[in-house]
Amino acid sequence: MYPESRVTQFISDTFNPVRLHVKKHPEALERFGANWTPTVMVLDRNGKEAYRIEGYLPPDDFLSQLELGAAHEAFKSGRFDESERRFRHILETLPSTDAAAEAQYWAGVSKYKASGDGSALKATADAFKERYADSSWAKKASVWAA
Amino acid sequence: MAIEWKEDVDRALAEAKESGKPLLLDFTAAPM
Repeated sequence: MYPESRVTQFISDTFNPVRLHVKKHPEALERFGANWTPTVMVLDRNGKEAYRIEGYLPPDDFLSQLELGAAHEAFKSGRFDESERRFRHILETLPSTDAAAEAQYWAGVSKYKASGDGSALKATADAFKERYADSSWAKKASVWAA
Repeated sequence: MAIEWKEDVDRALAEAKESGKPLLLDFTAAPM
């Protein structure tokens, strides 16, 4: 159950939500390759998995992971303006969560994919010098700094 | 606000195509 209203509001506003109890729907576990609970998946409009969250998280971290899921779904569906907006929203509203560094990386990639402008990647590498410098995402972005 | 959870994945997928909203699939072992 999700007691925090900001979590339930985000889910209701953003997704078509389906809840399956593992004892009642064991066939769904196999169909979607779920092996643990809680497991939360974001599927695109064609049923293809875009993101997966496994295990309990506190509200801020869970919300940021849900937002990452929505952003990755938009990115993988080629809606790069939307994915950049969603990734940047995580940076603005939940900057202390584990999702933030990943969001900073993919916001830059989304901007590049939407514009074709390589300076978006260099700006992202520069941004990692200011925030999340110790993250694995900073290492991945470092190749764009030169 | 309460989330209006569905239990039929395929029906929800059909609705997702119409609404444009992606699916959130929540597997739980907690009492429902």
